[in-house]
Amino acid sequence: MTEPKKTTLHASHKALGAKMVNFAQWDMPISYSSLMEEHHAVRKSVGIFDVSHMAVFDFNGGDQIGFFEKIFANDIKKIASANKALYGVILNEDGGILDDLIIYHADEKFRLVSNCSTREQNAAWYKKYAAEFGVEVIERSDMGILAIQGPKAVETLLAMDEISDSIKDLETFGCMFEGDHLYARTGYTGEDGLELIVPNDDILSFWNAALEKGCVPIGLGARDTLRLEAGLNLYGNDMTVTHHPYESNLAWTIDTADDSRDFIGKQSLLEIDQSSCQKIIGVMLEGRGVLRPGYEISHEHGQGIILSGTYSPTLEASIGLARVDQGFGKSGKVMIRNKALNINFISPRFLRKGKISS
Amino acid sequence: MSDIPGDLKFLSSHEWVRVETDGTVTVGISDHAQDLLGDIVFVELPEVGQSIDAESDAAIVESVKAASDVYSPLSGEVIEVNPTLEDQPEIINSSPYDDGWFYKMAPLDLGEVESLLSPEDYRAVCED
Repeated sequence: MTEPKKTTLHASHKALGAKMVNFAQWDMPISYSSLMEEHHAVRKSVGIFDVSHMAVFDFNGGDQIGFFEKIFANDIKKIASANKALYGVILNEDGGILDDLIIYHADEKFRLVSNCSTREQNAAWYKKYAAEFGVEVIERSDMGILAIQGPKAVETLLAMDEISDSIKDLETFGCMFEGDHLYARTGYTGEDGLELIVPNDDILSFWNAALEKGCVPIGLGARDTLRLEAGLNLYGNDMTVTHHPYESNLAWTIDTADDSRDFIGKQSLLEIDQSSCQKIIGVMLEGRGVLRPGYEISHEHGQGIILSGTYSPTLEASIGLARVDQGFGKSGKVMIRNKALNINFISPRFLRKGKISS
Repeated sequence: MSDIPGDLKFLSSHEWVRVETDGTVTVGISDHAQDLLGDIVFVELPEVGQSIDAESDAAIVESVKAASDVYSPLSGEVIEVNPTLEDQPEIINSSPYDDGWFYKMAPLDLGEVESLLSPEDYRAVCED
């Protein structure tokens, strides 16, 4: 096995006493103190995540809008004249999800962040289609990403000398460049906050300044419980290349409004009957126990499977995302170690803006 | 690693057992085990009256991250389970050797203790 990759902040994580884990060939912090404490720090105050394992791409020249219109299932025109970020998926010709990603646009420049495990696949995919639009794909392995998330994220960032005051004007999904630094009001926790996509040469000073201002370092363990409470999919668990967006809770990212736009996978998607395909729903376990990926579930009109499952520190119950046959109603059963336990089906967005959904 | 109490014996799978003065035994999981698991949120305990063979499944402990089987260090009959664990499973994290015990049993053969690891031997297992 090859030596795992390390982010620029690897030594800092070790110095903070982090437990490390191999995540898609990267040696990453899973927790620093207690996952539970880290989770609550983000919900109640502010935490900082090193997510520099994610893949960053820039683009140069050519018809970049035409390129994204072709490869991206969401419509890039939504942000082409704004300083904003847009979430969506790239599909293969069969409509299978190759990855989910965010494209940022500001000052006529696009920057893209996609998953770590799909880095090589995506780089090849972008390059394959970029050529016909005269676009150069630039892999920014010199870039790192910090996510600063929580109700106190913005005030904490404003207290840092390294960050200009103009970030306070960013709306949700708004973004801005300062030189090669990109600041965006995005995240993966269901809280307010920003993601800073900055050169590795600068990342240690941002990290140290944020810790000094009270940001709690957060590992991948709490990142998973936070994103699941917010009902956000994880690539590899909740969506894969063998599933299409309509059975992955991603219909809202498929933009077919522009009839003249022919994106990769569109024809396959048009043939899918959305009223009969499986759906992703939120699941909450009634009693004690913890839902885990792979657990089988059943309801009055069909079956399903848990894709992501965990214990929710905020709801103090086990929650998960499940892919199920339609007609699921409000409740069903999950098999945990040969016992059928009661589950309730609810919106996958268990929390909204850090508050329990009603 | 924190101190391991000297009156305990261990399985290499991180369960401990203490022989009490009345000849019953108390079972739990080690400090190292709770540290590996992280925040514990749920425990499934055996039934009182249940007979369990040494090194077979006795309980299940679930942290946020993972579910893990707990094996019985000794054979015997369960005579009591820790009632605190139902509502406060996190006590296993804070007090693995005392308040976080799992169950007590009447052992079938206390001679089985001889085959378990001493604190020193168990420490060596954890450091491997």
